[in-house]
Amino acid sequence: MEKLLEILAELHPEVDFETTEDLIDDGILDSLDIVSLVAAIDTEFDVTVPAEEIIPENFNSAKALFALITKLDEE
Amino acid sequence: MQKNILEYLEATAPRVPDKTAFSTGKESMTFSEVYAQARAIGSHLCREGLYGESVVIFMDKHPRTVTAFWGVIYAGCFYVCLDEKMPRARIDAILENLRPRAVIADKKNIKTAESLALERTFLYDDICGAEIDADALAKVRSRQCDTDAIYVVFTSGSTGVPKGVVACHRSVIDYTETLTKALGFSEDTVFANQTPLYFDAPLKELMPTLKMGATTYFVPRMFFSFPVKLVEYLDTYKINTVCWVVSALTQISSLGALEAHTPKYLTTVAFGSEVFPRKQYDMWRAALPNARFFNLYGPTEATGMSCYWYADRELSEDESIPVGRPFDNTDIILLDADNKRADEGEICIRGTCVTLGYYNAPERTDEAFVQNPLQRAYREIIYRTGDIGRYNEHGELVFVCRKDNQIKHMGHRIELGEIESAAMKQDGVNRAVCVYNKDKKEIVMFYVGESDEKMLMQALASSLPRYMLPANYKHISAIPLTDNGKVDRRSLMVMTE
Repeated sequence: MEKLLEILAELHPEVDFETTEDLIDDGILDSLDIVSLVAAIDTEFDVTVPAEEIIPENFNSAKALFALITKLDEE
Repeated sequence: MQKNILEYLEATAPRVPDKTAFSTGKESMTFSEVYAQARAIGSHLCREGLYGESVVIFMDKHPRTVTAFWGVIYAGCFYVCLDEKMPRARIDAILENLRPRAVIADKKNIKTAESLALERTFLYDDICGAEIDADALAKVRSRQCDTDAIYVVFTSGSTGVPKGVVACHRSVIDYTETLTKALGFSEDTVFANQTPLYFDAPLKELMPTLKMGATTYFVPRMFFSFPVKLVEYLDTYKINTVCWVVSALTQISSLGALEAHTPKYLTTVAFGSEVFPRKQYDMWRAALPNARFFNLYGPTEATGMSCYWYADRELSEDESIPVGRPFDNTDIILLDADNKRADEGEICIRGTCVTLGYYNAPERTDEAFVQNPLQRAYREIIYRTGDIGRYNEHGELVFVCRKDNQIKHMGHRIELGEIESAAMKQDGVNRAVCVYNKDKKEIVMFYVGESDEKMLMQALASSLPRYMLPANYKHISAIPLTDNGKVDRRSLMVMTE
């Protein structure tokens, strides 16, 4: 989780990712951020996020995103 | 003879009054609603004494927003669209240049609009039902010429001060007619708009919608982050036509969504504003073998797009996608450094599409909008794009590079684009952009993809002359883009320092 928070903080240092739960709905993460995140998750966690999982629900909070990475890692 | 773009709306609204003209998906407006509200807004602005001046539209992307555009034009004024995503410094720079007296805002943006402290601030909902004064609107129309301005679109200037491009009815009518004909739009066309309304890019959807009685969906921005959702959106509203910036299309293909989720109704795919990487283009062609693909090319200064290439042949392996040929009633001339006609040279544009220049900036206007150097006998203004082009063996115009991307390095003239396309041919490189650091005399390559720096370096060494090889390779997770979806070379340059 810490590694993920670091990646997120690099994109938006001004946001408190531990508490924010509306990253998409509030327009904090844009399409460029999503591409960056998917690429970073691939390199840092060695997990490929399939297109089907690139949905708002999975990117709205650091918690949701971490749950996704954990799930994909187990598969 | 048509002299006003509103004549499109006036012919279409009585013909298909109840058809959806513009929609977000959730909220829609019919042609008769657009017509009635635009006339109400126009009448209100007339009563307020506004004429022949700019009116700022500060609204989110919505059918109401474009209705406000037409309302402003009904009053004989020209619109300038601002948006909450614009940095405040940019808004201030625009207002400084424009000195507008009035702004129309929606509920969401009314507070920000009020903070601009213009003479008058109107809430859209307050004026869209205002009493229509047909006599006043007719009087405005009778005073107008087709050379009157209808909008100012601000592009980013290289100095950081935005430049406002002013376009008139005649240029936009010319564009609407020739674009509609070349791309074959009809009443059955269903557009999904992607580009922000504060650019000229959405004219591609808005104007043919008014002319043909087609329909435009404004895809909420959020969808462009989520490729599968985006394709679902296209399918839900039976979208058959997209005219998007390349990065919006590659967002779908590069995240691997295209194979399992192919848009079902898409028959026309037009793209522009930057070079489509061949690999991604080929993925789209393979996914939609029956769709028609068009590459569009053109600067805001020549009203929307100036050239198009219809993909009616297979490209050879290392061929980049041509710019093609100019739209009807537009002429392209290639000029060399001595202002002589050349086989390869700066792309200059001639015709009705050439806009009126930059707002309140005569010197910058004179630099780019110049007398045609090929004939000096009478006044004829052409626009110098700053792009270098040449013709291929098919007689199609091909984009070579930006004039300022042509560098002199170790005594050689190098086109950075050539290095970029060599890199993008390699496996494991999705995008590559080169910048030249003049102080260090170094070519630096930024790339996206899983390739490692050493592999890339070796691959390029076997395909490029030594003097063209980048001194540094930097792997990044995404290429930074400007507001209008083009590669942000300036921020890459900062990363080389």
